[in-house]
Amino acid sequence: MNSHRRQAIERGAAGAPLCAVADVRYAPPRRRSVARRKATDLVIKGFSWIGASFGIAVMGFIVWEVVVRGAGALDWAFFTQPTPQDVTSSAGGFANAIVGTIVITGVAALIAIPMGFLGGVYLAEFGRNGRIATGVRMIANVVMGVPSIIVGVFAFAIIVKPLQHYSGFAGSVALAFIMLPVMARTTEDILNLVPNELRESGLAMGAPRWKVTLGVICKAARGGLITGASLAIVRVAGETAPLLFTVLSSPYWMTGLFGPGGFFGGPVANLTKTIYDFSGSPYPQWQELAWGGALVIIIAVLGMNILVRLLFQRGKQW
Amino acid sequence: MVGTAVDEPTQMQSSATVIPPRLEVAEDRRGAGEDFAALPTEISVRKLDFFYGKEQALFGNHIEIKKNRVTAVIGPSGCGKSTHIRAYNRIFNLYRDQKAKGEILFDGANVLSSQIDLLDLRRRIGMIFQKPSPFPMTVFDNVAYGLRQHYRLSRSDLSNRIEDALKRSAIWDEVKDKLHQPGNALSGGQQQRLCIARAIAAEPDVLLMDEPCSAIDPVATAKIEELILTLKSKYTIVLVTHNMQQAARVSDYTAFFFQGRIVEFGPTTKIFSNPAEKQTEEYITGRFG
Repeated sequence: MNSHRRQAIERGAAGAPLCAVADVRYAPPRRRSVARRKATDLVIKGFSWIGASFGIAVMGFIVWEVVVRGAGALDWAFFTQPTPQDVTSSAGGFANAIVGTIVITGVAALIAIPMGFLGGVYLAEFGRNGRIATGVRMIANVVMGVPSIIVGVFAFAIIVKPLQHYSGFAGSVALAFIMLPVMARTTEDILNLVPNELRESGLAMGAPRWKVTLGVICKAARGGLITGASLAIVRVAGETAPLLFTVLSSPYWMTGLFGPGGFFGGPVANLTKTIYDFSGSPYPQWQELAWGGALVIIIAVLGMNILVRLLFQRGKQW
Repeated sequence: MVGTAVDEPTQMQSSATVIPPRLEVAEDRRGAGEDFAALPTEISVRKLDFFYGKEQALFGNHIEIKKNRVTAVIGPSGCGKSTHIRAYNRIFNLYRDQKAKGEILFDGANVLSSQIDLLDLRRRIGMIFQKPSPFPMTVFDNVAYGLRQHYRLSRSDLSNRIEDALKRSAIWDEVKDKLHQPGNALSGGQQQRLCIARAIAAEPDVLLMDEPCSAIDPVATAKIEELILTLKSKYTIVLVTHNMQQAARVSDYTAFFFQGRIVEFGPTTKIFSNPAEKQTEEYITGRFG
């Protein structure tokens, strides 16, 4: 609405006649060319298609290559046998590495998800636009952008160095450090999607803020929150760099919690580092195992992504 | 006593086939024939100023809300109607830049004082919002929410009270077989009545309704209006509405807001038939707003 018209209407509200608007005469506007508009549409559509296809093609190529080279390695032994001790033994699988990755990632999730969730609740519900929340949000965004190898070095400095040994736990801490800001920001974004009316309705019932937050707001957003947490796990499940300085790897099964072979006591076998080691080895059977490991990771990550999205599609609305 | 045109606007008669018959309202109960000063006061607002950050939205509002009466708050968009009633239960406290000054006396205490127990205040002053907002839980749990929050109840007492609240909200027949289905699976009008049931289950004294019908269809609106008329025997109702016919149909007293000030307040029949202020007259005759 142009300002003349607006003024006329405001004058109208004050009692002056409204008809001043009717006197303004416009020349009939020139129509825009339909052909040109259609051509522009086609060009933009074309570029979008090319961009999308390129991304999908690269992804497809990676998956195809890994499937072709890795499928052969996936036999019963792969999922039941630990990594081969030496080149001469033909038997061997990745079972210890798979278990190790699950444990390391699981412990990371146990550390990071509750903390990240609560941090996200703080940002969305309590801190909002306050000074602390703004600072925390900015730091979280920065930490999300820190290269994961730096996170590995950080975990090395705070855990490996003081304890004087590598451990699965140090790896979990490194992964948790990567997950924490992701989880917090995702939680915040999802809670922000919940309409304010719901907060007000909860508070208007005389319920305290924390109760409304947990019992109403988070409940309304639960689909999205679970999706967010699952994607945060998937995000770190395939990380290698943070484990290089923290867990190393091991050709053995993890032996309980403590002691040199335990989760807290020493290097633990894990998929990504083992793939890294085996793919660089000169032995063809080890290389094939590495391809197999890569395939397992891709299937697991892709599968979890798809599964989570299918299960909680509703959660995206809020 | 005042003309019937106000009590039953002609447009309602023409669509009588669609809208169920409403309760007859005796004219002497519409605020005109009673002694305002003699009626017990539920909420008394004095010199209420309201600020959104530095911007002042309400200026020296002064109003008496009478017990067991429906007080309608009308006025053009942005005039401060909702802002005004949102001060009564301090729901604006959710937003840190919003501030209220002045006095809102309820049961002998100033609602705006920092000593007030907000949780109990909100139990006693319930609120219905523009958009139906059932909680993400079953119909039963929705109505139980306030009850569980404020009272210790046995299982059977709880379900009796829930049934009672749903009956008083005129929605029992529609949901009695759906008590354990999610509340947001109901239709918009049903959701709004569910929210009313949720509010009255907690045994409030006052119900604040912030444009409760603006998001629902005419038939559901008629049901809610009818409900308001039955609820006022037990509760004091403050109704913000954009719909002047609605104010005329259900309220006993009407306050006309304009630019953050209460321009006129009086018996609904008087406001709609013989307003004292020129602005009120212009607004209700549709000259602006």
